[in-house]
Order: sequence, then C-alpha cells, then structure tokens
Amino acid sequence: MTASGMTMARPKGTFSERFVRFWNRYLLFIFTGLAILYLMAPVIVIALFSFNDPAGKSNFVWQGFTLDAWLDPFGVAGLQSAVAVSLGIAFASTIISTILGTLIALAIARHVFRGRSATNLFIFLPMATPEIVLGASLLTLFVAIGAPPFFPLSAGTILIAHIMFSISFVVVTVRARLAGFPTHLEEAAMDLGANEITTFRKVTFPLILPGVMAAALLVFSLSIDDFVITNFTAGGTVTFPMFIYAKARIGIPPEVNVIGTIIFLTAVGLVALSTVLSRRRTMRDERLARMQIAEDHK
Amino acid sequence: MLAASEPFVTSSRPCSLQSEANVPTVDVKLVDVVKRFGDAVAVDHINLEVMDGEFFSLLGPSGCGKTTTLRMIGGFEEPTSGLIELQGQDVTWLPPYRRNVNTVFQNYALFPHLTIYENVAFGLRRQGVSDPELKSRVHEMLALVELSGFDARKPTQISGGQAQRVALARALINKPAVLLLDEPLGALDLKLRKQMQVELKRIQQEVGITFVYVTHDQEEAMTMSDRIAVMNRGRYEQLGEPEVLYERPTTRFVAGFLGISNLLPGTVGAADGSYAAVRLADDTTVRAPKSLFVADRSGVSVGVRPEKIRMHEQSAEPPAGHNQLSGTVRDASYIGVSTQYIVEARGGAQIMVYEQNVERATKAELWAPGESVRLSWSPDHTFVVTDDEGAAAAAPR
Ligand SMILES: Nc1ncnc2c1ncn2[C@@H]1O[C@H](COP(=O)(O)OP(=O)(O)OP(=O)(O)O)[C@@H](O)[C@H]1O
Ligand SMILES: [Mg+2]
Repeated sequence: MTASGMTMARPKGTFSERFVRFWNRYLLFIFTGLAILYLMAPVIVIALFSFNDPAGKSNFVWQGFTLDAWLDPFGVAGLQSAVAVSLGIAFASTIISTILGTLIALAIARHVFRGRSATNLFIFLPMATPEIVLGASLLTLFVAIGAPPFFPLSAGTILIAHIMFSISFVVVTVRARLAGFPTHLEEAAMDLGANEITTFRKVTFPLILPGVMAAALLVFSLSIDDFVITNFTAGGTVTFPMFIYAKARIGIPPEVNVIGTIIFLTAVGLVALSTVLSRRRTMRDERLARMQIAEDHK
Repeated sequence: MLAASEPFVTSSRPCSLQSEANVPTVDVKLVDVVKRFGDAVAVDHINLEVMDGEFFSLLGPSGCGKTTTLRMIGGFEEPTSGLIELQGQDVTWLPPYRRNVNTVFQNYALFPHLTIYENVAFGLRRQGVSDPELKSRVHEMLALVELSGFDARKPTQISGGQAQRVALARALINKPAVLLLDEPLGALDLKLRKQMQVELKRIQQEVGITFVYVTHDQEEAMTMSDRIAVMNRGRYEQLGEPEVLYERPTTRFVAGFLGISNLLPGTVGAADGSYAAVRLADDTTVRAPKSLFVADRSGVSVGVRPEKIRMHEQSAEPPAGHNQLSGTVRDASYIGVSTQYIVEARGGAQIMVYEQNVERATKAELWAPGESVRLSWSPDHTFVVTDDEGAAAAAPR
C-alpha cells in the first residue's frame, strides 16, 4: 500500500468509530452466518459420519473413510422395513389428512353452521395437548375398543393416530390461506356462470393450493419423525424413528446416517426445485408484461 | 339526456299506438322485496321496475341498503320476502350462475391467478365457447375497454383504472340482460373517476345493456343516469329522472342529498290558478305549483335551490308574481364563477343564495354583509317537501 493510498483509503476516525462502522456494516452477515452454522452443524455431523468406518458398534468417533454404508444403505437388519413402514404411513397420513383438513378448513371458513365454534376448538386440541398424553390416551382407547382396525396395535393404528394429529395442522394452515382471499372471488366466478363445483376447481382450489401444499409438506415431516405417539400405538411395528431409538443404546450404524442424509437432501432438493419453478414463473410473467409495456409505448 | 329519457316519457302512452320495437320492456322488477339480517332491516319493501336499456342508479348514503338490493338481483343474497323478476322470469331463488345478469364488484374481484385474457374469457369458457370465437370475442371486448395487448398480464400488473375496465369487460362479454355495478369507481381518484364516468356511459350506449348502478355520489348519479332511486334506510324516497329529483324533490332527505337547498317551513293556504299559497313563519306568503302538494297535509316546507334566487335592492320591485323575501346579508364568499351569500330572512331563516358573477364582479359591486336585500324567485322553481321520509316511496312509479 502506498502512502497516498493509505491516507486516501484509510477510513477516518478513531478505532472505536471504525469498529462501530464495521459492526454496522457486517452485523447482519455475521449473525446470519452464525445462525446457519448453528442450524447446520448437526446435519453436517450426520452427513460426515455416514462415511465413517466405525471400529466397534458405536459411530461416535471418526475412524476412517469408507463408502460401505452408502453402497449398501439397507445392510443393517430391520432398517429397510422400518424405513418402508415410516414412508408408507407418512404418505398415507399426508394424503388423507390433507384432504380431510382442507375440507374442514373450507367448511369453517366459508359456512356458518351449528357447532362451528366447537369444531374450531376441537381442531386446536391435538396441537395443544402434549404428545405423551395423546399417545397414552390413544393406547387406552385402542385397547379398550379391542377390535380391528383399532386393535391389535399395528401400522394401521399408527396411521389413525398420525391422521388425527395431522388434520389440525392442515386445517390451521389452509384456513390461514383462505382468510387471505375474499369471498368476492367465488361470487365473481358464480356470477360468470360457474356452478359450485366449477368455482371450486377453477378459483378456490388454485388459490388455496400453495397453502395445501405447505400443509402437506408439514404433516409429512411431522409423520415421518414422530416418535412419542407412534411408540404408544405401534404394537410390534417398528418405524424409522423407533428403529433409531432402539439402536441408540447399542450404537447407531452409519447406514442410519445415510438414510438421514438422503431424507435431508430430498427435502432441500424439493424446496430448491419449488423456488426455482416459482421464480421462473414470475420472471416469465414479468418479461411478458415488460414486452407489452414496451409495445404500449410504441 | 333527452334522447335517453324519451322511452320513459312515451311509455305512458297506450301501447297499441307504438311499434313493437319501441315498447320498453321491464328488465328488472322488484316486488315488495324485504331483506333482514337478524333484527336489522337492510331493505324494506322495495318496489322497482328498471326498463330495458336504461341506466338506472341506486343512490343513497352509506348503509342504506344499496349493495344488499344489488346483491339480491345478482343472486348472492336471498330476500327475506318478495319477488325478483328478470325479463319477466321469476329468479328469486335461482343461483347467480342461472341468472342472465353480471356484476362489476366494488373491489373488481379479478382472479389473481389468471391472466387478463383468462379473466375476460372466464364466462365464455363456462358457456363452452371454443377457441377461434373465444379469442376474437375476448380481443373485441378488450378493444372496447381500450386494453388491447394486455392479454398476458396478471391483475397485479395493471393499474386501478385498468383493473376496473377489465372487470367491466369480464362482465360485458357475456352479453347479460342486465349489468350490476356496485360503486365501480369508488376506488379511483377524482380525475380518473370523471374520465371513467364518461367512458362507462359511452360503453353503455354502445352495447345497449341495462345498467343498474350503485353509488353514494350524487354528482356521479346525476351525470350518468337515466333515472335514479334515492334510497334512505332500506327504501327509496323518490324515483325519477335526475332533473326531476333536483328541481322537484319531494322529501327533505332528497332535497338535502342532491345539492344544497333552502327549506322554509309553513302552512298551506288557499290555491289560486295552478299555484297554492304557503304562509311562512315571518308571515310572508309564497306560492308553489299546486300539483306538488300532498292532499290533507297542512304543515309542509317549501324549498328553493340557491341558484334560483335573485337578489335586489330593498327598494327595487321584483318581477311580478315572483315569491319574495326580505332579509339582511350575513355573509358573502367570492368563489370566482359565483358568489355565495347567506341572507338572514326577517323570520330568522338562513337562506343560501348563489349569484353568478356577471353583472357584479368587483368587490365594490358585490353585496356586503349588513346590507338589506330583497330576494325573489319564480313560483315554478319552488318545490314542496314533506318531512316524514318514505311517504312517497311505497308506490311503484
Ligand atoms: N351480511 C350482513 N349481515 C348483517 N348485516 C348486514 C349484512 N350486510 C349488510 N348488512 C346491513 O344492512 C344494511 C345495508 O347494508 P348495505 O351493504 O346494503 O349498505 P350500502 O347502501 O351498500 O352502504 P355503503 O354505501 O356503505 O356500501 C347496513 O345497515 C348493514 O349493516
Ligand atoms: Mg355498498
């Protein structure tokens, strides 16, 4: 640095003033970086240890690099079926609870009927109740009924339990979306000759679709990692979280890390995809609009 | 204005004298329509007939039931009792999509997820109109509202005035028998509103569709409408052409809602010729057309618009047969085109007078506060109002 460069480039002021300026400028970056690090650290550790070659049973100390776990992720007995059960329950409960929850949200938001406020209250209850209480009471209920499909406990009872708590989250998410757009739009559709069903297909549903998708993603992830309620209602069935819990005492094999990493990457991939798609759509809209504005001014 | 109101004048002639095409048919008919929300009465026994091709306005203050009336015609609200007919067909219980009417909503209600083109095409698609025809009709309609080339934009990418025109195009493309408009210009600024008023009127005349137009802006209603129903508290107090409503209001409310008026309470006296006399509080007698008096009512108010009154020196002799009042100028405000005076009559009434600045224009020539003046106006410019609202409203026109 030359002498003149120093005097020119050097920010004026005392050390403390310069520190404050630096602080103000980079504060946001520093905190964002720290927050991301904090959130990502466990994920990074999981991904890292999926390449570990543990000497004994426990996968806590780095021993050496290997691709063994990635080449045969289901090499551990019971893991494959646990993942399959979890995915099956997650998909089924997501589909069923999203449909039911969306219908309930529509009913609550669009119609005045007897028992509407009671419905509102009951919808909130599963979210407000501690999971452990919910799980224990479901177990009691299923045992008390003592007949299929509620008893004996199985994947079916897990599904029933998951649908039950998922519905609440779907209703709340979809209703928030419904509250955001005026009933006028539905009236306008009917005014233009659309009957109730067409109005739903062409106006209501496209508008609440983002809310429905968000709800589906939310309840899918709630279902796939639920442990407490599942544990009470599973009977002999083993889900992915239960499998990990059972293994935790004797040491989690790196194959579990592989599955965890895959789930994480899939989620990130989906979010990235939807962001790219929606950005591309906005850009296309804007380009068209700009072209037309240019034409207007010709 | 004259041309537009002509059919309604001729309609009083016997039908047999007219050719088929000239007979104005009733497009919208409300028979004794009532709408209650719980205990509140929003619309209270309304009877209306809107003629084919007419620009009809519902005018009234906030909460008087204009929107509710319109929504019942559109099918978004069911009347508590009464009957609604469209072109002779009872539609009281039909859903909106079975009625040959379309609505322009106050907030436009454009579909945010569809392009302008698809918004306008929405109604035709429901009718199953297929592509070559659909495309040409949408473009034709966009041209009518001067939005050619906006096809691909989304409702968020256009201005308020443009959104308003899209809403209009989206409704008109279905060629409804009646178009309902609920304060369609309410969200626009004053300049754009004036422009759109002219635009709307042009389009209405071009397409020849009956418009039922809701507004609380009296000037807007007066400039655009063939006929206006002035509503108050769930019923209309007077229904007629804008000039009639302005020149001959029949209730205190109508007189006050459409412009400024001077109302002087008095008692009805003897009639002479086509005029009847009313004795005012200060013992002067004024005359008003006899036809304006409601029988068996002795306590009335006579009214006169401020621009109809002329001011004279106290000593001057006003035109023969004119109504006269003496008073003192209390206030004068010069506003360029005219000067607005407040004159205190001998009986204590404050009378508003507008004088065009033609003969008197400089400050020295204007009347000054404190001067004694004589006011005069023609008995033909005098109207008579009754004080209880709704007296004239019950009967159809
Ligand atoms: N859905 C409803 N439930 C209860 N009361 C209502 C409802 N809709 C309207 N009202 C009442 O009915 C009356 C008439 O309402 P309306 O909307 O027809 O008035 P408006 O003349 O259109 O007024 P504005 O000029 O403010 O739009 C009001 O007193 C209003 O509070
Ligand atoms: Mg209204």
